[in-house]
Amino acid sequence: MTADLALIWPELILTIGGLVTLMLGTFLGDRQVGLYQLAALLTLGAAAVAVVALFGVNASVFSGTLAVDNFGGFAKLIIYGASAVSILVAPRFFTSGMRAEYPVLILFAALGMGIMAASRDLMTLYVGLELNSLAAYVLASFMRTDERSSEAGLKYFVLGALASGMLLYGISLLYGFSGTTNFSGIATAMGGQLNAGLIFGIVFVLAGLAFKISAVPFHMWTPDVYEGAPTPVTAFFASAPKVAALALMTRVVIDAMGPAAGAWQQIVIFLALASIILGAVGAIGQKNIKRLLAYSSINNVGFMLIGLAAGTPAGVQAVLTYLLVYVVTTVGAFLVVLQLRDADGNQIESIPALAGLSERRPGLAAAMAVFMYSLAGIPPLFGFWPKYLAFEAAVNAGLVPLAVAGIVASVIGAYYYIMIIKTMYFDDKSDVEITDGGNVVEGTIMTASALWLSVIGYLFIPMLGVASAAAAAVLF
Amino acid sequence: MIQLAAFYLFATVVIASAAMVIFARNPVHSVMWLILAFFNAAGLMLLAGAEFIAMLLVIVYVGAVAVLFLFVVMMLDIDFAELRAGFVRYLPLGALVAIILAAEIIFAVGAWSAGGVDLAARAAPVVSDKSNIQQIGELLYTRYIFLFEAAGIVLLVAMIGAIVLTHRSRGGVRTQNISAQNQRRPEDATRLVDPGVGQGVQL
Repeated sequence: MTADLALIWPELILTIGGLVTLMLGTFLGDRQVGLYQLAALLTLGAAAVAVVALFGVNASVFSGTLAVDNFGGFAKLIIYGASAVSILVAPRFFTSGMRAEYPVLILFAALGMGIMAASRDLMTLYVGLELNSLAAYVLASFMRTDERSSEAGLKYFVLGALASGMLLYGISLLYGFSGTTNFSGIATAMGGQLNAGLIFGIVFVLAGLAFKISAVPFHMWTPDVYEGAPTPVTAFFASAPKVAALALMTRVVIDAMGPAAGAWQQIVIFLALASIILGAVGAIGQKNIKRLLAYSSINNVGFMLIGLAAGTPAGVQAVLTYLLVYVVTTVGAFLVVLQLRDADGNQIESIPALAGLSERRPGLAAAMAVFMYSLAGIPPLFGFWPKYLAFEAAVNAGLVPLAVAGIVASVIGAYYYIMIIKTMYFDDKSDVEITDGGNVVEGTIMTASALWLSVIGYLFIPMLGVASAAAAAVLF
Repeated sequence: MIQLAAFYLFATVVIASAAMVIFARNPVHSVMWLILAFFNAAGLMLLAGAEFIAMLLVIVYVGAVAVLFLFVVMMLDIDFAELRAGFVRYLPLGALVAIILAAEIIFAVGAWSAGGVDLAARAAPVVSDKSNIQQIGELLYTRYIFLFEAAGIVLLVAMIGAIVLTHRSRGGVRTQNISAQNQRRPEDATRLVDPGVGQGVQL
């Protein structure tokens, strides 16, 4: 037991750091925002160092409830990075309302997401998921005097509770019919005759998880919550929890339901196709950039699920690579949205107001163009690479029709991404002056992610391949 | 023999006090009867050999839920007589719910007597020579310690969330300042005056 403690340093660091930040906030009040931000960033950094130090360890700790392995480590690094960005950009957005609880809640959410990505037991899965969700509900309505923010929080909470209910129902069925909550025990039970109870369990667990990754048909909450939540929180929602939930889903289907591949594969294929098509079609009419990015996240989750549907090491590798590239792109796109302010500092979210951005803020427009092309998966940009990996994995696993359907649907998706670029570069100037100069933090992160996606990313392919292969290998 | 007597005692009091929860005119009396019902249900659980659930009933239900409910009843001015006015109107619906519940209970008892669910591979082996409090405690604090602690963090986050969403600092609140109180000397607060006859006091 004591030896196990040495293997969960990332979780311990996040817990201690979160509690320390909370105490600092309690005693110093809401004025020392920079201090809490620093404490939270240091905590995330230390946790990331601990994850890197534990790379290569492959162990099950605390009687098999938690896994310490490369797969969890890979996911945790992306999660901590995305959490750090959403803490960094927050103070400028919450000009009056940034409080000590914001970094604390992000830290605890990151802890919950780390637990999700590392769970090897249905109970661990649920505890991690709830820890993340509870913090997320509060973050969504963090601007509680703002009507839209409160609405987003309430909507997220009600639908999230419904999804948790479905997930728990599935968990209880899996436990009842396999006699254990441990993933390897469930896999053993699924190796035998599949009965109706186990199949219902699979369906309900996957439905609950599909809600968390906002895959169609459990996506209804996404556009509303993304639009209403404060923008730094939306950037957080679109990145880190997606990584955690997809890593969790991958672990559940490969580790726990591996022998029942025939049963879950159909569900994942349906989720993938529905998400890609509905994400692409739903985005076309959107006038709000945050809603558009919400549909874009639904669409991209579909492509990740294509990799997952393959159910092979190459497929899991594609999912992990896709997650990393997607997080960098989405965070970058939200950083552009954060910098869209008029002269008075009001946030601008409407897409027609972007017209003429290429003349007013050429750098911003160029970065946005890179992110949009990358999300669409157009080849010179790095967003193409993970899509290619996912389709390759699907084709090699014999899912040629799925890959073909995905490629066709990605053309529909490209339409609305390119619409944005057309608005920015070719439309007549809008009346809304986007004059705000941005700040160093937002500009640096945005530029770095745009550069990484444009050219430099391809240099990382060998490194990324080795890391994701090492991560995927532990599941098989 | 003594168990049988105790069972009938507890069971009778549970049913009687449960009936009184419904029939009492005063909502505070209802809560009192509810607490009595919980205590006797705990006694029944003890007889069944489930000490842990018995304690949970007393600690969680009596200690927290019932007292909280009592607070709500006392603080909110609810006219319960008015709430109960539509009794006859809602009788068919209530009867339907009661019939469904009764059918479910009969079904559950039937299923139970047909044999329990066979858990060949139990998550935790059952050792019969220990009390179930000890068994639950041993599992909770060894095998599932990580989950137990993580659940504690979940509760902490829920608490922080509740404060974030509801707490607001109000201006003009006069809070107690203990050090200022202690530093106050008699000469700052009082003065001795010696008014002349017929002049009154200048304040």
